[in-house]
Amino acid sequence: SLAGFGNLMQDVLWCFSQVKGTIDIGVTEADIISTVEFNHTGELLATGDKGGRVVIFQREQESKNQPHRRGEYNVYSTFQSHEPEFDYLKSLEIEEKINKIRWLPQQNAAYFLLSTNDKTVKLWKVSERDKRPEGYNLKDEDGRLRDPSMITTLRVPVLRPMDLMVEATPRRVFANAHTYHINSISVNSDYETYMSADDLRINLWNFEITNQSFNIVDIKPANMEELTEVITAAEFHPHHCNTFVYSSSKGTIRLCDMRASALCDRHAKFFEEPEDPSNRSFFSEIISSISDVKFSHSGRYIMTRDYLTVKVWDLNMENRPIETYQVHDYLRSKLCSLYENDCIFDKFECVWNGSDSVIMTGSYNNFFRMFDRNTKRDVTLEASRENSKPRAILKPRKVCVGGKRRKDEISVDSLDFSKKILHTAWHPSENIIAVAATNNLYIFQDKVN
Amino acid sequence: QEMEDKVISPEKAEEAKLKARYPHLGQKPGGSDFLRKRLQKGQKYFDSGDYNMAKAKMKNKQLPTATPDKTEVTGDHIPTPQDLPQRKPSLVASKLAG
Repeated sequence: SLAGFGNLMQDVLWCFSQVKGTIDIGVTEADIISTVEFNHTGELLATGDKGGRVVIFQREQESKNQPHRRGEYNVYSTFQSHEPEFDYLKSLEIEEKINKIRWLPQQNAAYFLLSTNDKTVKLWKVSERDKRPEGYNLKDEDGRLRDPSMITTLRVPVLRPMDLMVEATPRRVFANAHTYHINSISVNSDYETYMSADDLRINLWNFEITNQSFNIVDIKPANMEELTEVITAAEFHPHHCNTFVYSSSKGTIRLCDMRASALCDRHAKFFEEPEDPSNRSFFSEIISSISDVKFSHSGRYIMTRDYLTVKVWDLNMENRPIETYQVHDYLRSKLCSLYENDCIFDKFECVWNGSDSVIMTGSYNNFFRMFDRNTKRDVTLEASRENSKPRAILKPRKVCVGGKRRKDEISVDSLDFSKKILHTAWHPSENIIAVAATNNLYIFQDKVN
Repeated sequence: QEMEDKVISPEKAEEAKLKARYPHLGQKPGGSDFLRKRLQKGQKYFDSGDYNMAKAKMKNKQLPTATPDKTEVTGDHIPTPQDLPQRKPSLVASKLAG
């Protein structure tokens, strides 16, 4: 069997490509990466961090001279997206942490992305400047104004080449529409609107209008004592601009159709897996809370992540998922301590590969997991500096659950729960993945033969 | 004598452990207390002055000094947030871009 060698899964061998960030003994909180997202072509890779900063990497053109260095990602632009603010009314701090970044499809030479913190969404334009005008009449080359009485001739300014400069400018600020904390943003397939979701409400925006948004979901009860669930994630259907889904802390997903009514409080579909009541424990609801929901590229499936599993649902079947994958079931016997150290509330994300055949999600100890939906094989890999030789093939990792621990296995009690991989991204068409490990960004690619 | 073997799921065993440590833990863990704590996430300060002091302490710097034309702000009248100098944006670049 091939179990002892490599991490074969549909013949993909994952190799280290690059790592960004520094090796620090103590991690500065601002450097913790909070979101990672490729753009629609995979040419750009954006990260957001707790310090409110965005860093965009661009894939370099492939060179015939160095075919094994397939398109490395280098820094393209970086800017401060959000600042900490103070809510004077509630005496609460508003964190600058970037919760999500979502790219708009490219429509001209400039790139556009949405970035959001807990309260405010911003549309950023990232554009290149490689020419500058020279020969102004009223200004000299330093920009100082010339005395108009000293000007005796007129000239036509010309554009001259300059060193490439990449500028990021905030084009729209969508503020003051969320009482609660924004967990998701999603660009609609009409490219004219997008939605922002907080714990209790979802708003629809038009990109051109910042002083109004349309409330499409409101689950706030009249009496807050009756609150039983919150919205945890939301996303638009990739092709049907009237359809979106949102997930809840109770492990359910609702699909809504905006054509049905203006306020989508009544769902068109309700996805919930029945639970055996005799299995219910104190932890049941907490671990069933969905931390992420993603449509497949095809639009036929949705994937959800809860604390211990990843599930794939067919849009045509509401009563149970079609596939369930165990991410780290060995944690079931650690729930008590995971509750005490708050790890049980960690929000892991999940992603599809370009062809919807493989899904990926993170775990602890800087491990991340991939599940092949066709072969039903899975693999555990690790993002660590020890495996960071160029093009080094990643060795599969294994957690030993009990009994004899083999040489290269790690026991559950030795796992480092401070090293959590919450955010990952998969290139839209190639086997290139970006994995955020606290303050470092790892990029892995499949082996070039 | 044989002990009766009772097979308990690992989850229920963990629940028993938790209840042994915290006997007063609520009956409905996913209920409103827990959710409301989530909705109120974010550090609460007494007021904006408290917030600014905390920020200054974190940066280990003195409070930003007022620009020359704002020296008359304090002592003369009660300052409003608009009167006080704006907090300078962070100029520390991300280490990912380094």
